[in-house]
Amino acid sequence: MGYVAIKGGEDAIENASRLTEYERVNSRTKPLEIDQIRTQLGSLVDKIMGEGSLYAPEHAALALKQAQGCPLEGAFILRAYRATLNRSYSSDIVDTRSMRVVRRISSAFREAPGGQILGPTRDYTVRMLNTDLASETKEDFERFISEFDFLDTDVLEEPKPFSKIMDILMEQGMLHGVDEDEDRRVVDITREAVKFPAPRSASLQMLARAETGGLCALAYSSMRGFGSTHPTIGELRVGKVKVVVSDRRGRKRCIGNIKVTESEVISKLKQKSRDPVPYMTLGYGLCFGHNETKAICMGILDRAMRVKDEHPANSQEFVLYHTEGVESYGFTNHLKLPHYVTFQSGLDNLRKAMKRKQDAMKSGEKPLAVPANAEDAVDPAPELL
Amino acid sequence: MIETEKFSRSYNYGFIDESTKKEIRRKILKAVAVPGYQVPYSSPEMPISRGWGTGGLHASLSLIGPDDVFKIIDQGSDASVNACNLRNFVRRMTDCRTTFDTAEATIIQTRHRITEEVLTDKQIIVFQVPQPEVLRSVERYEFKTRQMHAEADYAKMWVSLYESYVKFGAIMQGAGYPVKVNKRYIMTPSPIPRWDVPNLSHSDTLHVFAAGREKRIHCVPPHTLVEPLEFEDIKFMVESFDGIQCSVTGGTDAFMDEIYESDGDRKHTINDSNFMDKVRVGIRPRQRLFKNPA
Repeated sequence: MGYVAIKGGEDAIENASRLTEYERVNSRTKPLEIDQIRTQLGSLVDKIMGEGSLYAPEHAALALKQAQGCPLEGAFILRAYRATLNRSYSSDIVDTRSMRVVRRISSAFREAPGGQILGPTRDYTVRMLNTDLASETKEDFERFISEFDFLDTDVLEEPKPFSKIMDILMEQGMLHGVDEDEDRRVVDITREAVKFPAPRSASLQMLARAETGGLCALAYSSMRGFGSTHPTIGELRVGKVKVVVSDRRGRKRCIGNIKVTESEVISKLKQKSRDPVPYMTLGYGLCFGHNETKAICMGILDRAMRVKDEHPANSQEFVLYHTEGVESYGFTNHLKLPHYVTFQSGLDNLRKAMKRKQDAMKSGEKPLAVPANAEDAVDPAPELL
Repeated sequence: MIETEKFSRSYNYGFIDESTKKEIRRKILKAVAVPGYQVPYSSPEMPISRGWGTGGLHASLSLIGPDDVFKIIDQGSDASVNACNLRNFVRRMTDCRTTFDTAEATIIQTRHRITEEVLTDKQIIVFQVPQPEVLRSVERYEFKTRQMHAEADYAKMWVSLYESYVKFGAIMQGAGYPVKVNKRYIMTPSPIPRWDVPNLSHSDTLHVFAAGREKRIHCVPPHTLVEPLEFEDIKFMVESFDGIQCSVTGGTDAFMDEIYESDGDRKHTINDSNFMDKVRVGIRPRQRLFKNPA
């Protein structure tokens, strides 16, 4: 019963998936190695690890290979893999003050304690297509690396932790810590569904997993005019931090280093009702890997969501639900699934409405409205949306 | 580096880890205890896209055991490509027997339909729900809708139905017609067509509605009153297929698909694929049919 139809569906999806694979290998170019993706497409790997919420460069590179380079798909594969892993420990709080900094800038001051460290950045390059890369060889790699031979990486001294720009401003009383009424409960958004208003821990976790492009769009809207004023980057740090876990007997173990980007964004002045002197407020962002755009946007949105205003970026629910890449990507694509049952139900309403109109016109009554299309007919109250 | 051979089975039985399955089962029990109330749950990522039945899989896979017989339909059809994909996945992860026969299945996962054939107290039907919040069309914000549910404040919903009537001469809600469960919570029934809505009420079967992306589960337990929202003088109506005959089986009185041929001809076929197969061979399974008020 119904066997032929089933066979049709199964064959179709099997062939569709094989055809996708065919497109990947059809050119017979050299198969991509995971290590190549991990190292030479590092920015993309970092982005995927953040959105996939799993710090695992090899797995992220593999996901990207499997997704044929689609970042949304790659992050999704990594997330799904992550969901199958057991949580054995929770780490101690990561101390970004002791970060092994590779890049650190502040746009608030010309000089800062510890210095401005430009580090690796494409910020001050001209973005002309580099045609030399088209014919690059392994020898070119070696020649370039040999220019750094004078560095003896074994004897590089451990960098001294330096204070944060925020500390200076806090000491002078210009920047205040978190409000006393802030919800500081620590929740785990992967174990319980978020409820609004969400505590800041949930909010920052969701931002850290959010899709970079989505965060950028909303943060930009807030900067450009639909929200607060132009923020200042108090401090942006990129580097490696130690992850430490404590076992049941309280012994601490460092389980490795992860690369993170941290931003502290100074925003609008705030004033308390009883104190006439205003003070600065801070937005915070921290994400996996080297992803400055994301960290900065997180900082801007973290601040914007705590401001009571009417713009999209000021609504926690709006920002957090709609920047969630895996969910928005999935839901957008679900539109391709058949909807003929629900559509039929709308058609039925629409036909009846058209008939009522015809009947009314025949009998000379004033006809009622007919929805413009079947989708409107599905909606109980289109004018309320 | 990436380990590929550490465990004999690369995934847990039913894909989801046991503690999460337990959590989901407890949330389902809570939803059974408070019919129509949306219970938030963890909703871990699944290896299929959000919006493609992740919630349904959470519910099915946390309920399923080796002796279960699993059936999955999409828009009424066992043959739909997404149903095939999910069926293969569930079979791979559980080694369960799968079936197209509605009567034989113990767990039926569905997208947008209830089977025409009446379900029994030995069966559970799991709905894939895209939007669990019935009030979303009248209130955007989640924190407000939760409050409205808590206070049973459904005035906005009633007004929207009334406005639809004033404007168009009928309540224009198509699929997912709002219902009141156990005289308390207003709920959206997946988006099943109105045709299926009356079957929710005082049914022998447990109905589990799971929305993965929105992380909510709600239930209609067996023998629970489910009333579509209607006014004293403006009644709830199902889709009418009066005088329409299935072009394959000649059957009537079932939810029909409208099919257009290349030459522009229109014909109808019974939507529920297993029901159609049975009608074709002369079996007419027991149905609950709702008659529109005159």
